[in-house]
Amino acid sequence: MASWGRRSSGMVHHIKALSKVELRGKAGEMKGGWWRYPLQPGVASALVPRSWPCVNTMASLFLVQRFKSSLPQKQVEDDDGDQDLDFPGGKVAYTSEMKFISGSYDKRIPCYRVLGDDGELIKDGSDFEKVNKELAVKMYSDMVCLQIMDTFMYEAQRQGRISFYMTSFGEEAATISSAAALTKDDIILPQYREPGALLWRGFTLQEFVNQCFGNKDDGGKGRQMPVHYGSSKHNFVTVSSPIATQLPQAAGMAYSLKMDKKDACVVAFIGDGGTSEGDFHAGLNFAAVMEAPVIFVCRNNGWAISTPTSDQFRSDGVVVKGQAYGIPSIRVDGTDALAVYSAIRAARSMAINEQRPVLVESLAYRVGHHSTSDDSTKYRSLNEIEHWKTDRDPVNKFRKWVELNGWWSERDEADLRSSIKKQLLKAIQVAEGMEKPPLTELFTDVYDLPPSNLIEQEKLLRQIVNKYPRDFPSDVSLH
Amino acid sequence: MLGIVRQKMLEQSLKKIPPAVSVLRSYSSAAKQMTIRDALNSALDEEMSADSKVFLMGEEVGEYQGAYKITKGLLDKYGPERVLDTPITEAGFTGVAVGAAYYGVKPVVEFMTFNFSMQAIDHIINSAAKTNYMSSGQISVPIVFRGPNGAAAGVGAQHSQCYAAWYASCPGLKVLAPYSSEDARGLLKAAIRDPDPVVFLENELLYGESFPVSDEVLDSSFCLPIGKAKIERKGKDVTIAAYSKMVGYALKAAETLEKDGIDAEVINLRSIRPLDRSMINASVRKTSRLVTVEEAFPQHGVGAEICASIVEESFAYLDAPVERIAGADVPMPYAANLERMAVPQVEDIVRAAKRTCYRSVS
Repeated sequence: MASWGRRSSGMVHHIKALSKVELRGKAGEMKGGWWRYPLQPGVASALVPRSWPCVNTMASLFLVQRFKSSLPQKQVEDDDGDQDLDFPGGKVAYTSEMKFISGSYDKRIPCYRVLGDDGELIKDGSDFEKVNKELAVKMYSDMVCLQIMDTFMYEAQRQGRISFYMTSFGEEAATISSAAALTKDDIILPQYREPGALLWRGFTLQEFVNQCFGNKDDGGKGRQMPVHYGSSKHNFVTVSSPIATQLPQAAGMAYSLKMDKKDACVVAFIGDGGTSEGDFHAGLNFAAVMEAPVIFVCRNNGWAISTPTSDQFRSDGVVVKGQAYGIPSIRVDGTDALAVYSAIRAARSMAINEQRPVLVESLAYRVGHHSTSDDSTKYRSLNEIEHWKTDRDPVNKFRKWVELNGWWSERDEADLRSSIKKQLLKAIQVAEGMEKPPLTELFTDVYDLPPSNLIEQEKLLRQIVNKYPRDFPSDVSLH
Repeated sequence: MLGIVRQKMLEQSLKKIPPAVSVLRSYSSAAKQMTIRDALNSALDEEMSADSKVFLMGEEVGEYQGAYKITKGLLDKYGPERVLDTPITEAGFTGVAVGAAYYGVKPVVEFMTFNFSMQAIDHIINSAAKTNYMSSGQISVPIVFRGPNGAAAGVGAQHSQCYAAWYASCPGLKVLAPYSSEDARGLLKAAIRDPDPVVFLENELLYGESFPVSDEVLDSSFCLPIGKAKIERKGKDVTIAAYSKMVGYALKAAETLEKDGIDAEVINLRSIRPLDRSMINASVRKTSRLVTVEEAFPQHGVGAEICASIVEESFAYLDAPVERIAGADVPMPYAANLERMAVPQVEDIVRAAKRTCYRSVS
């Protein structure tokens, strides 16, 4: 992309450059993507004099062009006449000007948003996927529910009632809005901070709490540590702890969906830290080569436990990495429920209609600690945390918008919160008092059918437990 | 060893290797011969034909016809959607295959050698092996990982390690190691049909070896049970348990021992996980002596596991300590003379068997 640098500003040069861009009278018919970044004056002024009428309608061009992901961005050509290098992988124009592509654009990729911090729509040409009352209220209610569940379950861990928990504070909109933009046939491969998506799809509070307590009603049969939810019924693949392994797996699932010609896509979540794993490269590269319908959603929350993004990578975040794989990408404000919803809707449409991967980088600060095993005040300032917690809370922001539309009142708010709290307390009480999964479940599902050695082991174990009952926990059923 | 290498060179120099079926048609005699390569190729072909969900992935499996020509002809027959040439990333394509298996299709992933599976071992162990358990049975992983395993000839340390013990120690995986063409066909078919993840350990030097196969073996529905060993040679004086190439060595050792009046029983393990403990124990209870043979490193190996099993279940039947033959505890050297010293030879097995019989080994 040598073209993004500044050039000589001679008129001749501009005309020569522009002649290569298809200008057909009206600005609205402009093809190609360099109008995608109207906020990069460096580029615009080098290539088009400000007096040209096209420039003033850049915003509208932006709107028209934003889904044209399959079209490559045009570059200023600076080639040696018509000499091309015919090389494996395609023709490449020669240049006799030695120019290194810079490690970064002079401006960072801008962040798409719809709502301002005050919950009002951004005035100049807010373009987004409209959300009706029913959808908005469900999105909002689920965000509140997630926040309250996280608060209670974090406390439960602190009280020693569960062993571990991870909160989603600050990222409620990022996950719930993403799920809202998908259909139930789209398969989600989470990392570990996406219970919002599962909540949206109908996983009940009782089911969440049962998994954390690992009791006999846990759909996961007590096999996994807390927050490692999974439900094939909800098309939510079981959380797997090793980071980024879900990315090439997502490419594989998407490829299989494609072979089945399903009207669905795969959505894989990853954090900013996870993009450093080798599997990130493999997953994106493969998805692009296989033309698999997968949306990679990177929840850039600024921190990978104690590692800030400045120590994680030196690129302009994660969004720029998509282009390296030939993947269209967007950066979106993860605290803006409407922006996330619109971006994921568009990404889904691209992924399925064009059968290709898409990368979405969502920026939403991790307000909570990494997990209950972490105290983030040790590596970041209380002011920083407080700022994002109060001034930039996605739940508050969305509530303001919903209220402005007349769809939500203080009464609704009070009712919702008290109802959730009551349900949650009940769920915790029920889950805590319940028996653990029965002994048989220790040995099932290792294989499709239990092998003889495990059948023997179970028999032996039962004999021992029956003989020395006091040595074994009383809340594990022998049935 | 040199004989096998020469045979392999001859195979590779043939420009066109005729497909398995026509080779067999040209043999009209009762005992048909089939190479391991053809056995594997025909097994893959038949399983892909029978089940449209089965597909192949790996480096060079398509256009190149397979690094060792195991997948020859399959790209032409089934097309690029079912025979995928992958970029060079074991971690990548293993992850992709595991994801596809989660979805419900049946990938057969080829590693150019299991030494390279190290770059993908997290996907094999933490994803493929454990997911059915972690997801409480909601996500099964019907995947097969296959490729050459163990020592070849003159390929050095990073191309010669045997991974049977590593994979066999992990619950959730099944690990198979065929010896003959019958094993190769039957076990690969069983592996592909199995809903659990299977690690299928072949041997590069055996690819060109021919074995007799019956009509039953050649039938497309032929399948061997996973978890059952085979008694290759019945005997009464000492049990020799081996897998893969070492079965051939054990059989040769048995011939030598016979001349010295020792009647050895040779067990072809076939299945490393699950291990056929009952058959091995029954055999040792009959002979009272055991020699285990493997090319792999000795510590924490298959032989160690078999020995533990015998000690736990048949200790009173042993008349001599268990002898364990394994590769030298060094990364495999390259120089031919050193390499020969680093892997078991037939003479080592003979001497070990004699020791269990209290015979002098001079």
